[in-house]
Amino acid sequence: MLQSIKTIQPRDELITPGAGDFLADVIVVGGGNAALCAAITAAEAGVSVALLERAPIPYRGGNSRHTRNFRCSHADDLGVLSGTYDSDEFYQDLLRVTKGNTDESLAKHVISNASDSYRWMAEHGVIFQPSLSGTLSLSRTNAFFLGGGKALVNAYYQRCEDLGIKIYYNTTVLDLHIVDGKCDGILADIDGTQAYLRGGNYVIASGGFESDKDWLAEAWGEAARNFLIRGTPYNRGEVLKQLIAYGADAIGDPTQCHAVAIDGRAPEYDGGIVTRLDCVPFAVVLNKHGQRFYDEGEDVWPKRYAIWGRLVAAQPDQVAYAIIDEKSSDLFMPSVFPAVRANTLHELCQALGLPAEQALATIETFNKACQSGDFHPTELDGLTTQGLSPDKTNWARPIDSGPFYGYELRPGVTFTYLGVNVDKTAQITFNGKPSVNLFAAGEIMAGNILGEGYLAGFGMTIGTVFGRIAGHEAAQKTLQNANS
Amino acid sequence: MPTVDYQLKITHTEAERQLGICNSCRYCEGYCAAFQGLTRHRSFDVSTVSHLANLCHNCRACYYACQYTAPHEFNLNIPALLANYRAQSWEEHIRPQVVTRAMQQRVWPYLLLLLIFIIVFSAGLGAPWLSDLPFYQSISHNVMVALFLPLFVLPLLAVAAGVRSYWKSIGGSKPRISDIAQAFASAATLRQLSGGQGQGCNYEATERYSFARRIAHQLTMYGFLVCFLSTSTATLYHYILDYPAPYPFFSVPKLLGVGGGIMLTVGCTLLLYLKRKADPTLGSEKRTAAEYTFTSLLLLVGLSGLLLYWFKGSLLAGAMLIIHLALVAVFFVAIPYSKMSHGFFRLAALSREAQLKS
Ligand SMILES: Cc1cc2nc3c(=O)[nH]c(=O)nc-3n(C[C@H](O)[C@H](O)[C@H](O)COP(=O)(O)OP(=O)(O)OC[C@H]3O[C@@H](n4cnc5c(N)ncnc54)[C@H](O)[C@@H]3O)c2cc1C
Repeated sequence: MLQSIKTIQPRDELITPGAGDFLADVIVVGGGNAALCAAITAAEAGVSVALLERAPIPYRGGNSRHTRNFRCSHADDLGVLSGTYDSDEFYQDLLRVTKGNTDESLAKHVISNASDSYRWMAEHGVIFQPSLSGTLSLSRTNAFFLGGGKALVNAYYQRCEDLGIKIYYNTTVLDLHIVDGKCDGILADIDGTQAYLRGGNYVIASGGFESDKDWLAEAWGEAARNFLIRGTPYNRGEVLKQLIAYGADAIGDPTQCHAVAIDGRAPEYDGGIVTRLDCVPFAVVLNKHGQRFYDEGEDVWPKRYAIWGRLVAAQPDQVAYAIIDEKSSDLFMPSVFPAVRANTLHELCQALGLPAEQALATIETFNKACQSGDFHPTELDGLTTQGLSPDKTNWARPIDSGPFYGYELRPGVTFTYLGVNVDKTAQITFNGKPSVNLFAAGEIMAGNILGEGYLAGFGMTIGTVFGRIAGHEAAQKTLQNANS
Repeated sequence: MPTVDYQLKITHTEAERQLGICNSCRYCEGYCAAFQGLTRHRSFDVSTVSHLANLCHNCRACYYACQYTAPHEFNLNIPALLANYRAQSWEEHIRPQVVTRAMQQRVWPYLLLLLIFIIVFSAGLGAPWLSDLPFYQSISHNVMVALFLPLFVLPLLAVAAGVRSYWKSIGGSKPRISDIAQAFASAATLRQLSGGQGQGCNYEATERYSFARRIAHQLTMYGFLVCFLSTSTATLYHYILDYPAPYPFFSVPKLLGVGGGIMLTVGCTLLLYLKRKADPTLGSEKRTAAEYTFTSLLLLVGLSGLLLYWFKGSLLAGAMLIIHLALVAVFFVAIPYSKMSHGFFRLAALSREAQLKS
């Protein structure tokens, strides 16, 4: 079982600018997709590389170990992707979800490099598979990893080993020492011992700060302490915080996080994909006082998936309950825990801990407001309630045929938006000027491109493209310095 | 969260829990038929799990790719779960169950049988330990047939009854030729050990991919079939062509026998080596010792056959003959009750899968 992550006090007195153990030409901070792509690219260019991963081996790979696919533009059939998904269409999709809140030149850079990255990934051990059952809508745009993100991460770690990259697990970077946009060294805790380590160039790929509940609470309010974290417990953002403190340009809304509604019984961290609940469109959703609060049938689920995290977060105690009946029980993807099941609605409300009287009254009013008409689970069927506030505008069928099923919903945080600004060569900027030797890739700079919203599979595309750029640039700088 | 001790019999709630998690994730769908079959279900009764279990080749790709293996609290170990269910299905359907259980889980039945058959051949049928006579002069052909025919046919009947009972339990309807043909094609190429996308499996290579087990298994299986073909041609020669042994080296029975024997010996050695390298906790641990014993038996069948040929004309030929015949006899008896049954159940499960998909 997961140990709770201890906060380590940095021993800043160990920072000795200009002196300290030289670790490698390129030091990569982090051990997820972006870090691995950077480390491999740099090592293949012929420089020495060290990769510092906070997690122990079984949990290495950050949020990348939970992923399943990456979004890829392609002009022709490409591996498991068929047809075309051209850069324009991809960019339009991005504009739609971010409402224009994106850096056009960086976004287009990522999009146009995606298909080259597909080939690079395949050459470096990633195996793709056809779209999973239940995800047909993504088969043209998203390439799925065989075995998922952990298999991808495993393949990259093997490649790192084969390339002679020094991998340090259980290694937390606590602080950096930056003077005038140039990093002199880093303070790291390796297996419980702190040391000041130096390299030539540094790639920072340590993700966001979504696993630090104190920081989340600061940004979002105390309610955040009730959030569940869908991914790794290791992304606590201390390197991000230090970078900004040293004057790196911050980007992205510091108060926002991407959150979806997940099964309330999920573990506090690392529940991953299986905790998602797709039953909302077929349910009535009540808060802990037994009241409805939003149109459950507003749109098809993939389009509404992401707003329910915030909706539930805004309810008392950050909890809600989705209730369905027998006729809907097979209409959505199964999830990790069996639903709470009861033969009557009254028993179900009791089992869920809802105030039965109020909840039953809400459901009865809802049932009465349902209209007759044709029900089509896979498309907007216009089957709406009438006279409710809010109405349920699609798939509204009375909850009346037992047995009844209920799921507790809680907000599950996927990632945070705050990051550092980078240029096209992945260099972190300080006051608009590129740093001398600091690069960033992955979640920590994704806010440049995903200012808000989310596009399925784009996190891995950003991490792969920018990881490779960062690794390449860091290696080239090292080689240039050696020649001059 | 319950923790699971795979040494113990896995409870069915535990199987439902684990497969339910897989069904919500589906990242492993591209690996094999077991995961593709899984997505057809929303709940998993015992027969469904048995069916999936017999589709699983224990390649372990799903384990090494899994985000939910220990130390994660979901604690998934699908290869071990299915290995246990698979063996439990053989123990349930192949009768008598006590014999199947003993030969799936214990080493002593093999040793006991070996001893019995050594006594039968030496003391019972009077084959001499030290003799340079060719074997067909040590024991008469008719005695051999009288002994080996039932030893061959009875176990096959036990297999057939077991597979039939299993087939019914997983809800199989009357199989069509095309279903069976698909199953045989898959088994012949061992497609399920290709890793799904042609990358190989993780069995002994842990997080890397390798073709070693597929190669070892094919050497063993085809080696065995070639040996069987050798014996069959010799029988045909004897009864139909009236051309009794001895056969020269450059004859069909001899060439097949020596070739098959080498393949079998090398294949089994490789299988044992891979098993030593692989992690026992991803298999059915309480059956590991019996599995080693069975593969060793098969290895010794091949090796003693080759030695018998090698020692031809020397005094050791007599001893080799007794040992070889005893090993072959133990092997025949073990066909239904040992790990050998996996092949028959696999063919049934693959046929059922073809049926369900069409
Ligand atoms: C459940 C889930 C499913 C997802 N599915 C998808 C998907 O299918 N497709 C997609 O594109 N995106 C998906 N995402 C988003 C995706 O995970 C991220 O966009 C992507 O993994 C970011 O990669 P990264 O390398 O920047 O960060 P991560 O993979 O999170 O890696 C960060 C690394 O930094 C390490 N680290 C953190 N702090 C320190 C420190 N101080 N010192 C040393 N190391 C440190 C961590 O241990 C970790 O190894 C998913 C996210 C979640 C949570």
